[in-house]
Amino acid sequence: MTSAEEASRPFAGLSDVSIPDIPVEGDISLPVASSARDDEFSTLDEPVKETILRDLRAVANKFVHVLYPKRSSVLLRDWDLWGPLLLCVTLALLLQGGAADSNDQGGPQFAEVFVIIWFGSIIITLNSKLLGGTLSFFQSLCVLGYCIMPLTVAMVVCRIVLYTASGKVSFAVRLVVVTASFGWSTFASTAFLADSQPSNRRGLVVYPVFLFYFVIGWMILTFSP
Amino acid sequence: MASPNDLQFQEFEEAAELLSADPGAPTLSISPSNIPTLTAGEDVKLDLSEDEEAQEESSELLQGHKPGGGFWTFEYYQSLFNVDTVQVLDRVKGSVMPLPGRNFIKHYLRSNPDLYGPFWICVTLVFSVAISGNLSTFFSQMGNSSYHYRPQFHRVTIAAVVIFMYAWLVPIGLWAFLTWRQGTERQMGAYSFLETVCVYGYSLFIFIPTSILWTIPFEWLQWTLIVVAMVISGSVLVLTFWPVVRDDTRAMAVGTVVTIILLHMLLAVGCKLYFFQTTVNTPPSAPTPTTPELLTTVKLH
Repeated sequence: MTSAEEASRPFAGLSDVSIPDIPVEGDISLPVASSARDDEFSTLDEPVKETILRDLRAVANKFVHVLYPKRSSVLLRDWDLWGPLLLCVTLALLLQGGAADSNDQGGPQFAEVFVIIWFGSIIITLNSKLLGGTLSFFQSLCVLGYCIMPLTVAMVVCRIVLYTASGKVSFAVRLVVVTASFGWSTFASTAFLADSQPSNRRGLVVYPVFLFYFVIGWMILTFSP
Repeated sequence: MASPNDLQFQEFEEAAELLSADPGAPTLSISPSNIPTLTAGEDVKLDLSEDEEAQEESSELLQGHKPGGGFWTFEYYQSLFNVDTVQVLDRVKGSVMPLPGRNFIKHYLRSNPDLYGPFWICVTLVFSVAISGNLSTFFSQMGNSSYHYRPQFHRVTIAAVVIFMYAWLVPIGLWAFLTWRQGTERQMGAYSFLETVCVYGYSLFIFIPTSILWTIPFEWLQWTLIVVAMVISGSVLVLTFWPVVRDDTRAMAVGTVVTIILLHMLLAVGCKLYFFQTTVNTPPSAPTPTTPELLTTVKLH
């Protein structure tokens, strides 16, 4: 038969074969679209509570990393700006309610706190990038924002102290608390930022961070209801 | 084989052009015709030593780098931050201890002006003046039982406006004026804009510890501190700008230096009087934070 001859000559005479001569056999069946298996990659169908909780858990995880600052890359790898925004708004709200009369001899306004924190962070980030740093813009903002957390905790403590006591004792307690948290903030942020700079410029990058947290600490310490 | 030789030949041409331009500057600045116009003998010695330094430094100035890229690129600003911690500390030390014969720009900047120092010194000065002013008000009113402590945070805004305007507008004006005067005489001695901003920024450093010491509530101490700070800061500026204006007519040279010192004094005295008021009951009657306004308030006193 011609098919035997063609089998002995591979790839020969293919043009001579006409399609109806070749029997086609097989099974064609479409896979059933199983929506249950694809949920790992698509989060559109999950409940809203799960979505919010996932982000909150990530933010809380980073808070823990700030509390125990060791060389970890969680803040740098999965940066987000929710934490800094939360902390900034909390701190600015807590700094309101000082100075009973509303003339401008009082403490910082909400907008002033916001501007100082965000523009201060942006300027420090630009400074470290101009000096040749390797962190990206938003990673730096993330680190600086998260490290405000000890100072926010100090603000809460200060308000509690001001409700209970007043005078020299309360001032001494507030001074100790604010100084400790300012040192903690600076130490935590330099633990993340200093590694990204060449060693001969580390002092130039650390000093603006020190100044930034010093000014925030000053705002907290001078809060007087 | 022809192209490498051509390139070499072009390099020599450029170097020859530079070398022909370079002897022009030193010879103009030590022209003997200037010596008879100087009256004091020590001035002659000072100027000669400065010119020797200028001759030594001019070869280093040739190797100075131009900021890369246009001013809209990131690399341009990165080249303005090309300093190490040690260099910044060195420049700060030079601004605090001005020695005669050490031109700040030629000795410390060496054609590598940076913007890190002026910017962060201005920011620190803003906060130190505002915080120390607040503290001094608090200390002076401690015995007053009717006094309720106020943080006076609006002072930070005012201090920021005043100090940044001084640190940018005065160098712009001075640089434009010097370039205009130099332009008519085709000399190479004028400083670039960045160097002028840089020297003004570093000269403000002495006011940071001064403002912290101003919290001590003794008037005589405060005025002594102002005088000391003015002498140090002013001499940095005078030592830097005198060699450039000296070649001009006598009246213009003296006038320029006097204006520099006067503006500096206005800033120091204005800051002291506004931020370190010892009376709390007289709120500042909305003075606009421009130095001419402060000048009129000082004159009225």
